[in-house]
Amino acid sequence: MSAAALLIDLGSTYTKVRAVDLENPRILGAGQGPSTVATDVTVGLAKALADLERGMGGRREFTYRLASSSAAGGLRMVTVGLVRELTAAAARQAALGAGARLVGTFAYKLTAADVARIADLAPDIVLLAGGTDGGNEDVIVHNAASLAACSVTCPVVVAGNRQAADEAASRLDAGGSPVTVTENVMPEFGVLDIEPTRAAIRQIFIDRIVHAKGIDRAAEMLDRVLMPTPAAVLDGARLLADGCGGRPGLGSLLVVDVGGATTDVHSVAKGGPTRTEVVYRGLPEPYLKRTVEGDLGMRHNARSIVQAAGREALADDAGLAPERIEALARLASEDVGRLPRSGEERAFDKALARAAVRLAVKRHAGTLETVHTATGPVTVQYGKDLSAVETILGTGGALVHGPQPAAILETALADDADPFSLRPRTPRMVLDSDYILFACGLLAAVEPDAALTLGLAHMHPVADGPENGCSSAA
Amino acid sequence: MSADNTNAERRRTLVTGVIGSDTHIVGNRILGMALEKAGYTVVALGALTPSDEFIKAAVETAADAIMVSSLYGQGELDCRDFRNLCIEAGLEDILLYVGGNLVVGKQPWAEVEQRYRDMGFDRAFPPGTRTDAVIAALEDDFRAPATGGHKAGR
Repeated sequence: MSAAALLIDLGSTYTKVRAVDLENPRILGAGQGPSTVATDVTVGLAKALADLERGMGGRREFTYRLASSSAAGGLRMVTVGLVRELTAAAARQAALGAGARLVGTFAYKLTAADVARIADLAPDIVLLAGGTDGGNEDVIVHNAASLAACSVTCPVVVAGNRQAADEAASRLDAGGSPVTVTENVMPEFGVLDIEPTRAAIRQIFIDRIVHAKGIDRAAEMLDRVLMPTPAAVLDGARLLADGCGGRPGLGSLLVVDVGGATTDVHSVAKGGPTRTEVVYRGLPEPYLKRTVEGDLGMRHNARSIVQAAGREALADDAGLAPERIEALARLASEDVGRLPRSGEERAFDKALARAAVRLAVKRHAGTLETVHTATGPVTVQYGKDLSAVETILGTGGALVHGPQPAAILETALADDADPFSLRPRTPRMVLDSDYILFACGLLAAVEPDAALTLGLAHMHPVADGPENGCSSAA
Repeated sequence: MSADNTNAERRRTLVTGVIGSDTHIVGNRILGMALEKAGYTVVALGALTPSDEFIKAAVETAADAIMVSSLYGQGELDCRDFRNLCIEAGLEDILLYVGGNLVVGKQPWAEVEQRYRDMGFDRAFPPGTRTDAVIAALEDDFRAPATGGHKAGR
């Protein structure tokens, strides 16, 4: 029997497992159980493994047993920076890139109310930034002292002005928080350096959060919990895009993950101007960028999708009467496990997913703006130009289990009616039908070559089935 | 690099840029190079810079001065309230310079200078100013910070 790996996603609702052949990288089997992290993680994991063994016709040995987790609320983080558009934005990017769920983002000096709010949020980790190297020192030290004086004792990553980092760290240390000092997220004005912060967050996740959430109870059933699941997805996306060891990947890539509570978008692309006459403005954006749209979820946030897209527009897209939209949105948000039961519900779900993808990608992608100067019009770019992205990868229940993924995913594309939004023009579209992207990201940590083969083998071209096929929510 | 500014922790930081819808970047670049050579840390925002970006950059980098260029005649409109914006952001004492073709047409320089001083700029420089003159002015102002030049909040 050839060597195999077991890859586990301890999700918010389900625990999903994939067994992968390492010599001829492909999926050997899949299993699923409930997520029971809140009580005893081993119960749900045992069920998922039993499900896997049923499918594979027996138990087998694994060379690696690696897990990611988004259970127990995910990696809940608060970020604090100085100027909202500068170090505070860089801190947000770093935390999102580490796979965190941002529960609060703050800028400038924390007020008493801010600190009370942070204590209330009880985050798993706080990321404290502020000031370029040699720049502002007062604010990060003030904020460290404020955090130290309150009931927050979770780990804190200090990634701000290096002249003030030691002072900030000693204040936090005195307040009882474990402190990690790492490189400044913005060492110079306009320069983003978020990889060291991502690595620091990931290390804290392994060293402390896994234990704090009780996931380490499963120590005998797996070798290591490596990272939050969104970080595994991002690592998988990077591997698929860039390839490894001289083997090419898919090239620049956009991943759209439509979930029940949020829609996540990941881009692996430089995103600089594709036209020479365009001037870039604003903070540079990371090559590996992740955004999370907290108001765009197929179930928990069905009503806010309707609100963001507009009731009439959504009704028009679904071919339904506007009066029906609110009732259907209520149905979806009150019964978050609901699968569509009628043609009407299927039409509504499809329109909902189309709106979520369109809005999430539009927010993720950069924009152009024409500025009229004395010497004529100049085109200015903000954010990433994704117009030349080569591949869009869809994942998440609404896309993978829905009957018409192409009709949903195509709303991610550039639109002539909205020419200033820099979305992909002519990418190929593929689907993560086997839910393998997180597994690729985990496997990439130990066997990147096998992980790449696995990922490429399981990316399926998007094709639509009939209008009335079966469908499910995220 | 001048003797005063060799220590990385004590190097003074200057924010430069061309304000408003103005693309004339050459003079600003030349000034930036001269300032770096004189030992300053220059945060160059480039052309087409809105006034609030100067101020945000100055807050984050704890800049000692903001140096605004305007070459296309609309500086009076773009620079309105600049000092007030600084005060709003907690930079009440920051040194503010402005230079370039600051007004439309030929107007007596004394009047133009006064107009910009009224807007809260510590110094205004007419077209054709040499970089040496700007550096000398900075040295004066940092030595005797009566007109500003303190790090904000210190």
